Amino acid sequence: MSGKPRLTYLNGRGRMEPVRWLLAAAGVEFEEIFLETREQYEKLIKDGVLMFQQVPLVEIDGMKMVQTRAILSYIAGKYNLYGKDLKERALIDMYVEGITDLMQMILVFPFSPPEAKEKNIDSIKERATNRYFPVFEKVLKQHGQDFLVGNKFSWADVQLIEAILAVEEKIPAVLSGFPQLQAFKKRMSNMPTIKKFLQPGSPRKPPPDECYVETVLKVFKK
Amino acid sequence: MSGKPKLHYFNGRGRMESIRWLLAAAGVEFEECFLETKDDLTKLQKGGSLLFQQVPMVEIDGMKMVQTRAIANYIATKYNLYGKDLKERALIDMYVEAIIDLNELLMTHILQPADKKEQHLATIVDKATNRYFPVYEKVLKDHGQDFLVGNQFSRADVQLLETLLMAEECKPDILAKFPLLQSFKARISNIPTIKKFLQPGSQRKPPLQEKDVPKVMKIFH
Repeated sequence: MSGKPRLTYLNGRGRMEPVRWLLAAAGVEFEEIFLETREQYEKLIKDGVLMFQQVPLVEIDGMKMVQTRAILSYIAGKYNLYGKDLKERALIDMYVEGITDLMQMILVFPFSPPEAKEKNIDSIKERATNRYFPVFEKVLKQHGQDFLVGNKFSWADVQLIEAILAVEEKIPAVLSGFPQLQAFKKRMSNMPTIKKFLQPGSPRKPPPDECYVETVLKVFKK
Repeated sequence: MSGKPKLHYFNGRGRMESIRWLLAAAGVEFEECFLETKDDLTKLQKGGSLLFQQVPMVEIDGMKMVQTRAIANYIATKYNLYGKDLKERALIDMYVEAIIDLNELLMTHILQPADKKEQHLATIVDKATNRYFPVYEKVLKDHGQDFLVGNQFSRADVQLLETLLMAEECKPDILAKFPLLQSFKARISNIPTIKKFLQPGSQRKPPLQEKDVPKVMKIFH
């Protein structure tokens, strides 16, 4: 056993991708086990390894952690990406939760029927440009600092750069009205750990394709 | 200004109820401002009080907090209901996140169209009795302590009790196979702050009635 965190999930982004981002941003190496068949998944359940019979699963510090937010909070706390006090944590939590709501739309998008896809892209664009991005544009403008909270790199910054890139994959010009976010994107992308994660060959997963959707349905179908 | 936290939501459970439970469990008095019409929501949005244009919103300690989990995390930490260290917090988080998943099912039951209600109830009962309740029953059995985590009252206990009671509202005998959850329910219900919250006249909200669903939908859609 290597002592590195071990991630169990499908070989794709899904609900595990924010965990990969956060570990990578913190400079933490990790191992991955990929579920490819229903049998593998059923075996995990039978072995009692999944507390609520679900993945993501992250084995870390002797725990078999499940529930994405629990995992992310633990990693953020452990690697000092969660602010310096309760009030900073409150801000980080608010920002992260808002971004997670936006990311949820991206998460479910591949599973929407073909006829709904265009409408869903419009919804994502509407929410990103009217509800979420303006908030972070304003936050950065008002304090003029490099990072969202407390003048220090945190989980909120990682979550935001992930979201910006994911939305841009669908709507390439989405940042056109947001100069602060454009600069933020560039700044974050140049941070050494994140730069490394953005290079080919990193654990970062590609956008979901039809093959990924098929695998999800095959492994998790009821 | 009273210094008490002030909750902004409609006069019903929804996403604010777990916050009411947590504050009540911590013995913290709070005020409530109820949205009755879409105009009330629009006014809050236009006034810039809602970071992402949504409620719940809780005014607390000089902040206008939004996002249910952020609010709950803040309250839990401030009032020492979040475990003693990072590992206890991890356990509490895992337990609470699953409870929230079950709550989503319970909360949306009243919103189901008539022809889907029976199936939805079957799903609730299946998930509750096969996926979630067995976990907490086992946790309590394995350590034999009064509380879920660290032998100390925490938000996990508060949120589990809230969910057990809501599940029973859906199906009164849903805890039949879970003796430890039954005694947990009795024990936590008897904690003075919680006992007070469970009495008539408290700020605990009743379940949403079908006749009230259209009014609530009008506020948000």
